[in-house]
Amino acid sequence: MNTIRLIYRKEMSTYFNSAVAYITLIIFLLINGWFFTSSFFLVGQSDLRILFNSVPLVFIFFIPAITMGSLARENHAGTMEFLTTLPVDDYQIVLGKFFSAVALIGVGLLFTLPHFITLLFVGTSPDIGAILCGYLGLLLVGAMYASIGIFGSAVSNNQITSFLLSFIVIFALYLFDKILIFVPPFLSGILQFLSTDYHFSNISRGVIDSRNIIYFLSVIFFFLTLSVRVLEIRKWR
Amino acid sequence: MIKVEHLTKHYGHVKAVDDISFHVRDGEILGFLGPHGAGKSTTLRIMTSYLTPTSGNIYINDLNVLDDSLDIRKIIGYLPENNPLYPEMNVYDFLKFSAAARKIEGKAFENRLKEVSEMCGLHGVIHKQISELSKGYKQRTGLAQAIFHDPEILILDEPTTGLDPNQIVEIRNLIKQLGKEKTVVISSHILQEIQATADRMVIINKGKIAANGTIDELMSSFKGFTRLHLEIEGVMNARDLTDIHEKIKLADSQTLNGMTKVVIEYPNTLDLRKDVFQYAVKKGWTLLEMNRHRISLEDMFRILTVEEGGKA
Repeated sequence: MNTIRLIYRKEMSTYFNSAVAYITLIIFLLINGWFFTSSFFLVGQSDLRILFNSVPLVFIFFIPAITMGSLARENHAGTMEFLTTLPVDDYQIVLGKFFSAVALIGVGLLFTLPHFITLLFVGTSPDIGAILCGYLGLLLVGAMYASIGIFGSAVSNNQITSFLLSFIVIFALYLFDKILIFVPPFLSGILQFLSTDYHFSNISRGVIDSRNIIYFLSVIFFFLTLSVRVLEIRKWR
Repeated sequence: MIKVEHLTKHYGHVKAVDDISFHVRDGEILGFLGPHGAGKSTTLRIMTSYLTPTSGNIYINDLNVLDDSLDIRKIIGYLPENNPLYPEMNVYDFLKFSAAARKIEGKAFENRLKEVSEMCGLHGVIHKQISELSKGYKQRTGLAQAIFHDPEILILDEPTTGLDPNQIVEIRNLIKQLGKEKTVVISSHILQEIQATADRMVIINKGKIAANGTIDELMSSFKGFTRLHLEIEGVMNARDLTDIHEKIKLADSQTLNGMTKVVIEYPNTLDLRKDVFQYAVKKGWTLLEMNRHRISLEDMFRILTVEEGGKA
């Protein structure tokens, strides 16, 4: 566990010692802020539905940008050889990097709290429970995208390739329940179940269903396991 | 004691290492010599658990790389080829990170940091960012990382590549000093590098071992020629020298200012200096100079690692 924390801390200091964290955070907040303020006062509803609609969309770009370097840079610079010949397990490297990406996403979400505070001031008896559920849902979506981003970063030593690969997978998962009318009926149930938005929209309405939680956790588990397997390819005989 | 046993590594259809076996004794500096692409780095990467062998195994003390990878990594210090470092970190943070991964933290870290920066000459750069360091200081940082946990075994893959001559001498001295108490495996494609640091060497070519032994052993097992340079007062017939032994060949002779300079060649298995001297005495020659040149190790390395068929 200590080793995971060690990798996590190294990763966090890399984020905040370079411009990556600041630039992506600023862009993330600007876009969400623009979406929110441009319609919040027009809709006249006491909830954060606008935010909960825009954040998962912005995440599709924001998260691959955060994670694209995490393993690809180590592969590229050869530091992966240094890291994996320390007494550190491959899964500890992947988890450390995953948690640091989730933490950065958490920081991003924390900075959207002013929207929530605005709502408390101007709204009329907002449903606080539903809003907290929404934030939990956003964190789950973010963590799930981060696991996909880590996988995209593991398979390449080029950050652009990593970005595009994770972007495509994330975008596909986002798109699945938007294209249901175009697919044959026997597929639509499966596609809907695979889609991120379907599970997120339940949570953001304030309904915590174990099926939705299990969906996010199992996708995270799947991609993180896959990433560890990718690191182990070098050990193939 | 490191025992490499029947080690083979394939990359797809390419055999990088082909059934090699050798031992590294405790406390010795073993030079691992071979041209580029001979399989040096692959072998060292298997030793450090970065790669897994296709077949065969490496035993270190009573551990082996297939079953005890994590425990082996704890007792090994490794400087990979090209010395990969995190450019955005400073030296202190980098050493702190690698030490923490080996569970050296707090007071123990600070104490050891003083020792290591003394040994590696890192004073004045501890708080500099790695990307700002010169190549020599980067190499010292990599070496500091490798020795920080005072490992039993030190594995250095081409540690002096790309350094200038002064830096090379410094790193060599450091390696020799470390070799006094540790088992060191050092790889290089440059013979002088190994000659300057190692007690024993293993020469590898195309994934196979071409030679294995101390420098003296390799020299004597190598069927080369000795060249004997002679300078004799007066003018004489150099051909007479071939009477001493049937294996002697006259390579060169010239007369200059009343002196005869002769070069003769004979196999390394013979030492005919005494016979030559006594022959000269018998003939009444005044021998002014006698100088022995053995075919250099450099030549031997070239001969051992050339393509089959004899052409380089």
